[in-house]
Amino acid sequence: MTKPSTVFMQVMWNRLISIVEEQAQALIRTAFSTSVREAGDLSAGVYNRAGLMLAQAVTGTPGHVNAMADAVAHFIREIGPGNIYEGDIYITNDPWMGTGHLHDITVVTPSFHKGRHVGFFACTAHIVDIGGRGFGADANSVYEEGLYIPIMKFAEKGKIDQPFVRLVRANVREADQVVGDMLALATCNDVGHRRLVGMLEEFNLADLETVGEFILENSHRATLERIAALKPGSARGSLTSDGFATPIVLEVEITIGAEEVTVDFAGSSPVDPKGINCPLVYTKAYACYALKCAIAPEIPNNAASLEPFKITAPENTIINALHPAPVALRHVIGHLIPDTVYTALDQLLPNLVPAEGAGPLCNFQVSLRPASEAARRTGARRAEVLMFNCGGSGARPGLDGMNTTAFPSGVMTMPIEATEHAGPVIIWRKELRPDSGGAGKFRGGLGQYMEVGAVDGHVFDISAMFDRVRHAPRGRLGGGNGASTEICLDDGNGTAMAGKGRQSVPEGRRVKLALPGGAGYGPVVERDRTHVLRDLALGYISAAAARRAYGLSEEDIASVEAGLRRGDLPTG
Amino acid sequence: MPKPFSRRSIIATCRWLVARGKKGCIDVSANSSSRGQLGADIGGTFTDIVLEIDGKTFSTKVLTTYDAPERAIIEGMHRVCEKAGVTPAAIGRIIHGTTLATNALIERRGAKTALITTAGFRDTIEMRTESRFEQYDLNIVLPEPLLPRNRRYTLDERIGADGRVLIPLDRTKIEVLAGVIAEAGYDSVAVGLIHSYLNPAHERMVRDVLQELCPQVSVSISSEVSPQMREYERFNTVVANAYVKPMMKRYLADLEQKLAREGAVCPIFLMHSGGGIISLEAAAEFPVRLVESGPAGGAIYAAHFAARFGLDRVLSFDMGGTTAKICLIKGHTPKTSRVFEVARSYRFKKGSGMPISIPVIDMVEIGAGGGSLSHVDSMRQIRVGPESAGSEPGPACYGRGGKRPAVTDADLILGKLDADNFAGGTMKLDAKASRQAVMNAIGERLTLDDETAAFGIAEVVDENMANAARVHAVENGEDLASYTMIAFGGAAPLHAGRLCEKLGIERMLVPPGAGVGSAIGFLRAPFSFEATRSVYMRLSAFRADTVAELLAELEREATTFVRSCDGEAPLEVTSKVYMRYIGQGWEIPVDVTHAAPTLENYRSMFEAEYAKLFSRTVEGLDIEITVWAVNASTRQVPPEPAKPLAALRQLKASATREVFDAFAHDRVKAGVYRRCELGVGQLAQGPCIIVEDETTIIVPSNAAATCRSDGCIEIFKRRSEPTARPVSLSIEA
Repeated sequence: MTKPSTVFMQVMWNRLISIVEEQAQALIRTAFSTSVREAGDLSAGVYNRAGLMLAQAVTGTPGHVNAMADAVAHFIREIGPGNIYEGDIYITNDPWMGTGHLHDITVVTPSFHKGRHVGFFACTAHIVDIGGRGFGADANSVYEEGLYIPIMKFAEKGKIDQPFVRLVRANVREADQVVGDMLALATCNDVGHRRLVGMLEEFNLADLETVGEFILENSHRATLERIAALKPGSARGSLTSDGFATPIVLEVEITIGAEEVTVDFAGSSPVDPKGINCPLVYTKAYACYALKCAIAPEIPNNAASLEPFKITAPENTIINALHPAPVALRHVIGHLIPDTVYTALDQLLPNLVPAEGAGPLCNFQVSLRPASEAARRTGARRAEVLMFNCGGSGARPGLDGMNTTAFPSGVMTMPIEATEHAGPVIIWRKELRPDSGGAGKFRGGLGQYMEVGAVDGHVFDISAMFDRVRHAPRGRLGGGNGASTEICLDDGNGTAMAGKGRQSVPEGRRVKLALPGGAGYGPVVERDRTHVLRDLALGYISAAAARRAYGLSEEDIASVEAGLRRGDLPTG
Repeated sequence: MPKPFSRRSIIATCRWLVARGKKGCIDVSANSSSRGQLGADIGGTFTDIVLEIDGKTFSTKVLTTYDAPERAIIEGMHRVCEKAGVTPAAIGRIIHGTTLATNALIERRGAKTALITTAGFRDTIEMRTESRFEQYDLNIVLPEPLLPRNRRYTLDERIGADGRVLIPLDRTKIEVLAGVIAEAGYDSVAVGLIHSYLNPAHERMVRDVLQELCPQVSVSISSEVSPQMREYERFNTVVANAYVKPMMKRYLADLEQKLAREGAVCPIFLMHSGGGIISLEAAAEFPVRLVESGPAGGAIYAAHFAARFGLDRVLSFDMGGTTAKICLIKGHTPKTSRVFEVARSYRFKKGSGMPISIPVIDMVEIGAGGGSLSHVDSMRQIRVGPESAGSEPGPACYGRGGKRPAVTDADLILGKLDADNFAGGTMKLDAKASRQAVMNAIGERLTLDDETAAFGIAEVVDENMANAARVHAVENGEDLASYTMIAFGGAAPLHAGRLCEKLGIERMLVPPGAGVGSAIGFLRAPFSFEATRSVYMRLSAFRADTVAELLAELEREATTFVRSCDGEAPLEVTSKVYMRYIGQGWEIPVDVTHAAPTLENYRSMFEAEYAKLFSRTVEGLDIEITVWAVNASTRQVPPEPAKPLAALRQLKASATREVFDAFAHDRVKAGVYRRCELGVGQLAQGPCIIVEDETTIIVPSNAAATCRSDGCIEIFKRRSEPTARPVSLSIEA
């Protein structure tokens, strides 16, 4: 039976990946937070007894990649190995031991089979609220950002800690939904556990140790093979972000060695006074994600496949902020890390990585309230509405960038019809932004225009979470920059608004947004002419841009326009 | 809340039915000499034809004729009529299902179509969910929208989330747009406006003006095609409908005419994706409802046998050459859904296709079939599919130039197939070519012998299917251990035994005619139509009178559709509401057919369903209803129950051959039976192989098989032998 056992090992590896996918599905179905259920901001994984991650669900959150891999070891240490019982559930939202901000709750459940502790399930989700100032960059320390739950028992031997639940309820807005989300996290670990027991029984195994070794050995070897195939060397890169009040510089040095790839962020900006700082765990996740996409995309995430990627940053920098720095919007900086890593990696591995894209998700939260007491009496109400939106992605070495598509995040937007049911907000416009993709041999993906207002009788504040206002995505190998973010009022003067922070909007006014486009790749003169004609016909570029940036003649433009009257695209 | 479900909506929705005259009301039982019924399923490779007449069934497979699909139907019809010794005049009705609409969407061969939408939302169908369907591939290509940006036009108008008009629509602007549409020479127009599912007035106005000014243009409006919230799905659905409508209309008219010319003068009905049948006229108006009608027929086929054997929980498993389809059937009814994805462009990955929101039988389809190819990846893991060898060149053993190992090659090496008796002996398989292909691609890279490598391929494809089934089950809160499998399609019976083991399923049925299961399913399908509405209602603001009015409205709409096909048969009406806790994003369906519309009833039924799915309920939260659905269907004559079995009698196999048994991890000697020689109640002990022309059933070493009174082969784990009763499963309280 020695030979088939390799086959069964492979089957079990697949099975564990399928088990964590089921675990993640269960969470999506039961969660309350829009960022989990609509946007896919969650993760789920299974671990051996020692806390090494064996499999992780592929969800929309690269930011959880390493955080999840490290989390369970923290739990084992804090809870104490002798204090783990069947029926226990552990919980935390520690930004430094979880996934980077207080809004992410991580729940870990030990898994027992026939009375024996065999491993753990863990999952993380972004919840609706955690108290404090509410979701935004405005806090000066993590103490203002909400309730801080150290690693502790949510349930012991099957009994939920009710005083803990009361404490949570008393400290958050939307207490029912927050507690509902915590239960959903526990439920999703249960689903994983039940499937695991089924697998152990089917294959007549006592624990996860043998299959775990097989997974870790194979993943480690495969990752090392990938690294060994690369040319060793070292390169530096950097990227500048708007920051909150002052620009943030991210500096990076990448070294490809024989058996590891190191990424060091020395030289980056210090901790920012506002909540855009990243705990190291979040920085590691996005740096690792960027490397994995480029070097070893198909190797599943686990402790061993992540191990050869070493990420370091000096303490008290924006990407290794220590307690009690404010960290609520750590994604704004975190989502720029892949573009930063790629500025250096492009020098080591040419023709592999894309040009810069919009980077961070272009999220904003709208806080609505009745415009007057009279309006309140006729039905106007308070509501909080969070929206996820994307700019364009950077052009690739052989392909245009993707229009309005998130990278590095993998989350989804909500339908505007659903958003308008969630609160008295009206999205007047959400469509592509022509001319926003950087010109080049391959064009950057387009950003989008949005226009946001309130239903009659309401006024609102907007909490902006945008970057790329003053620092547009930069082109690669001669490609043009993407268009930068613009935000203003529809008041005739187009009064500009700030890219970050909470701002009030005068009654009756709308906020107009132009979200960034991805940058171009390669010199524009090398762009295939048929692609330029097609871009013009589709309105991805205007006639003016076709003339100016791409050098299209008046005859060409006229012929495209004639075709459009017939509803046709240019051919050949 | 506005009154989105006013009387005028149903009148308008069904207006086209009335406009098409009285042809709808046909009594199918009127002509006693036209006693047969014909099922015709146009698939990717084969067109399957089944004739049922005087209690007998005749079937045939004809190669699909892509240039004129009706030709294969006509040829097949003549063949089965000949077999039955009748003329086409003996056919009383024809039920048809086709992949033509699906293929037109996949291959982008639709009409010249324009979209008219609300200003500010020109790009909704292109922007999709703004996410990537694959997280780690830097070079993915997003699916192209069905209509490029230059064919998408906008109008200044806006309906609010409460159904009120925020910006009125000016008729002169529609007239200007009609001029543009006419000049460009569009054949078809889709109209999709924001919040039109709440208030369709503007969409209707656009349609009316277009019909007046451009009468030659076919118009589809989203509030009729798919009146559901979520603009991306709704717009995409109306676009898909408009895109295939001129072509399907022409095809259906042609088909009717040509069949009549061949002597089959009888009503023709179409299988729809929801598992029911609709009139030719309704199908021509809403052709998007025909998408995936073939697999839907398969699910109905399985549901029929579920009813016959009194099985309340069935997993339908349909495995062909390219894909496997898995569907849950509870209470003899396939599970349905309101949205699905067609034309997935990236390894069948979720999000890489386009969403269609129509009532549909809910199934998972994965790239796992007899032709699926295997290789070793960078982690030295064996991978199978979704790439398929197709019929050309086919698996290596076909000897048509295929060099890469397919699942069929592995099955041959493992002894599951007989090289000399494939497809009833019409085709000889080359086992040497299989071994060569498997060794080259798998064995040498992993240092495995050919048999172990082949076992690896079989295990991986079975595990892929098992994983898909498990995830599908968990999404529906089901535990498959209490299910019975019904397996059909050419490759399913070879793999079903192992799949059952992986899923903890103890019983399985392989019904007669498994090779043409979908076409047989068409003949079992009821006339049915599901009417749906998105109307939000919190239980804290529950209004019994509003609810009753809404459900009555939907019932009228659904029954009008069904009555246009069958004016007589008794109808069954079921009502479902989709509910969730306020703040959740996923609704769960709650059957309210037999519940008086009271707050208490709705709440307790929701909580019961929720607890069943997720083991707990959430205290203190309000609950909301988002979607209402009423299905009207002609009542199905319950199939004759399978006769109980007397004591089983062991039947000795006339021949044996070696087969690799997964349970024993080794080659074992297996009895070989011809399906026709296994009599009712006779027992074939596993490991054994039951062969017939279209397929081969593998019975694992820990199982046994017997034949039931209706010709179904039942396979069961040995410790759960069927007693002298039809199989039935205990249902947990």
